[in-house]
Amino acid sequence: MRARIKKFLDSGTLFVWFCGTAVAASLLLVGGVLLLIMVNGLGFFWPHALVDLTLTDGTHVLGELKGEEVIPYSETPAFPEGKTRVRLKVGNRDLYGLDFRWVDTDQIVSAESPKDVAAFERREWGNFYGRIREVSRGGDVVASGNQEGWKALQPLIEQANDLHEEIEHLQRDVIGDINYDIEETRLKIRELELSGQHEPQEVAELQTATKQLETQYEKHVATLRKLSRQLDEYAVILVETNGREKQLAVGQIVKALRPNDMGFVEKILRYFMNFWSVLSEEPREANTEGGIFPAIFGTVMMVLIMSVAVVPFGVLAAFYLREYARQGLIVRVIRIAVNNLAGVPSIVFGVFGLGFFVYAVGGTLDTLFYPEALPTPTFGTGGILWASFTLALLTVPVVIVSTEEGLSAVPREYREGSLALGATKFESMLRVILPCALPGILTGLILAVARATGEVAPLMLTGVVKLAPALPLDHHFPFLHFERKFMHLGFHIFDVGFQSPNVEAAKPMVYVTTLILVMVVIVLNLSAVALRNYMQKKFKASAV
Amino acid sequence: MQAAETTMASSERSQDNEHKLTVEDTDFFYGEKQALFKVALTVPTHHVTAFIGPSGCGKSTLLRCFNRLNDLVEGARVIGRICLDGKDIYDPSVDVTDLRTRVGMVFQKVNPFPKSIYQNVVYGPQLQGVRRRSVLDGIVEKSLQGAGLWEEVKDRLHHSALGLSGGQQQRLCIARALAVNPEVLLMDEPCSALDPISTAKIEELLHSLKEQLTVVIVTHNMQQAARISDLTGFFLMGELIEYAETKTIFTNPSDSRTEDYVTGRFG
Ligand SMILES: Nc1ncnc2c1ncn2[C@@H]1O[C@H](COP(=O)(O)OP(=O)(O)O)[C@@H](O)[C@H]1O
Ligand SMILES: [Mg+2]
Repeated sequence: MRARIKKFLDSGTLFVWFCGTAVAASLLLVGGVLLLIMVNGLGFFWPHALVDLTLTDGTHVLGELKGEEVIPYSETPAFPEGKTRVRLKVGNRDLYGLDFRWVDTDQIVSAESPKDVAAFERREWGNFYGRIREVSRGGDVVASGNQEGWKALQPLIEQANDLHEEIEHLQRDVIGDINYDIEETRLKIRELELSGQHEPQEVAELQTATKQLETQYEKHVATLRKLSRQLDEYAVILVETNGREKQLAVGQIVKALRPNDMGFVEKILRYFMNFWSVLSEEPREANTEGGIFPAIFGTVMMVLIMSVAVVPFGVLAAFYLREYARQGLIVRVIRIAVNNLAGVPSIVFGVFGLGFFVYAVGGTLDTLFYPEALPTPTFGTGGILWASFTLALLTVPVVIVSTEEGLSAVPREYREGSLALGATKFESMLRVILPCALPGILTGLILAVARATGEVAPLMLTGVVKLAPALPLDHHFPFLHFERKFMHLGFHIFDVGFQSPNVEAAKPMVYVTTLILVMVVIVLNLSAVALRNYMQKKFKASAV
Repeated sequence: MQAAETTMASSERSQDNEHKLTVEDTDFFYGEKQALFKVALTVPTHHVTAFIGPSGCGKSTLLRCFNRLNDLVEGARVIGRICLDGKDIYDPSVDVTDLRTRVGMVFQKVNPFPKSIYQNVVYGPQLQGVRRRSVLDGIVEKSLQGAGLWEEVKDRLHHSALGLSGGQQQRLCIARALAVNPEVLLMDEPCSALDPISTAKIEELLHSLKEQLTVVIVTHNMQQAARISDLTGFFLMGELIEYAETKTIFTNPSDSRTEDYVTGRFG
């Protein structure tokens, strides 16, 4: 018997099982996380059905069903063990104070899903669930009753949305441009004053230019006011399920849906529209609603700048360490130090980035090149460039290590073969070793991108903000504005999930942002992998 | 025609010097470890000279002194004189890259670059600044013909060199070395990893190559040395035991150790 057990142990079958279990457990964990994010994130876009519950006390509750649970610690007579309750998103925050409500299951008399109730997505106060009493224009009733009102409302909402777009355009593009020009002119005047040898005439010219810009500005602001008034032209009176009324301007409604009245195809269509609007729109309501486009843009742009910074830096360092430096104690110590650098907590890099890049480098740049803007800092404050550089610093060990691995994998025969043909060491490196090491370098880039996309802590010190007024890329020369602050998906998750006043209502947004962050990481990684495979093809096997 | 021209040019180039390489009382050290002891020999022009001996006896070391590839090894030192055409190649005034274009090398481990066949051959000429496509095309054809590979690869010059068979890859390496028009070709066990047919092809090649240049070949295979070389040097533990005409070495060696080795009693 003992011998049999020993034989079994020695055969390694048990070990194989252990190994298999370890792999299975890891896969299960990763898969579970992804599944959780997918289910919660992807569910967000679906137009959920509305249920109308009639309670024992005769009141109604209308909303989206969000789940059922056994009431925890329910042992008192009023709450016997095993009693359940359901959670509903009831919206109407301005009337009820809270978006969510628990209802004990035994309080429910009946549940239906009436086809005539609608979900209104509003620009403020979250969703409203209910029916329409009347639509009016400046006090005159245009349509009354739920059915009539619904028909009248649809084109009005579209109009209002167009109007919003126009206002947005006017505000951001037209007035934004004027503001930009005014600021530029102010800086020019200041620059002339600082230089001390300006012609008074020049300044006067600039000042008249400013005057002109300001009159233009006034004009556009007047138009803006007119447009805003138009938004309030139509009003709608909504009633919630218990009959309480709420009057609001049609301009406040983003969209109105009757989810119980929608067919499957219609819902799918709406699903993709919702998905697209989250991807492409700006956030609203302290980021808890609307889209996350600026955060996606900021994340991707930051990673790109980081890649451009980290690759040459890391590759040069690795080449020096592996090819030029005398292999010995010092190089070994440096190598260990570099490896350990990868383990330094990222917040430490953040502090370093703030102290070195932002204050030291940025502050110096400001006094040297942007004195006219002072005391407002240009580069002397957090910005996308400094954040990217900080992350480049954070990820450079990864690139160095993989590049070194790539270099050491280049067979000695290639080096000797190249040298024997009369190449110098530099020529050999450029023409044979670098192409052979490219897969290793790009593997380093892939790892760096993966690490950098998920990093948040150092960014909070070096340039990420909750809401950035402008993207770091626009049509103003020089197009890339490295000094600007930016938004980031990882920070967005933190901010929406833990810093917003209405955490429960923001939960779906957290899942959606997480899902998109994961997707961005995957897309960025796949691009880097594709780049590596392309390069490998170009320089290796089928060198066409 | 072209080959004849080259032959003439290279024979003119070295007619005045019968001894292409001369080694005078040379010691070689890898750090503390001495790998060559007082080696002295001369390599005649337009001949094939073979180095034989058991492994670890310093054949490769001596070969790699001829193109100064040993410079790469940290702590390597040469004491003595090694001359190419009467000029000391370890003189500080010598340009090493220049030396290496005059003294080409083919390695034991087949090492075409992971590039196309064409790019492999033009690697050396491009380093020397040849850019004209027509010139490069000519070099590629001539070198591949010189290495007996042209007919086999002329339709796939721009395919990867790694797609060739082992023997073809080794001949590509020879073509690559020929492309820079060297005066000496060093071959370090060029056939040790190849099948008999590929080996035969390369041996055949050597006969034509020696018309154009001087060949120094290291080999493990005594039959091979007997078949292809004009002179043979026998090394043992870093010492040159005997150096003479191949026929003499194999039929009537003067040292008993040489005799033991060539008759297969050790090694
Ligand atoms: N790079 C090196 N560093 C230290 N010792 C070496 C190195 N290359 C070769 N040697 C030693 O030098 C001796 C001769 O080697 P080598 O010339 O390669 O012999 P072979 O005749 O087999 O080609 C051997 O003992 C070997 O161990
Ligand atoms: Mg050897």
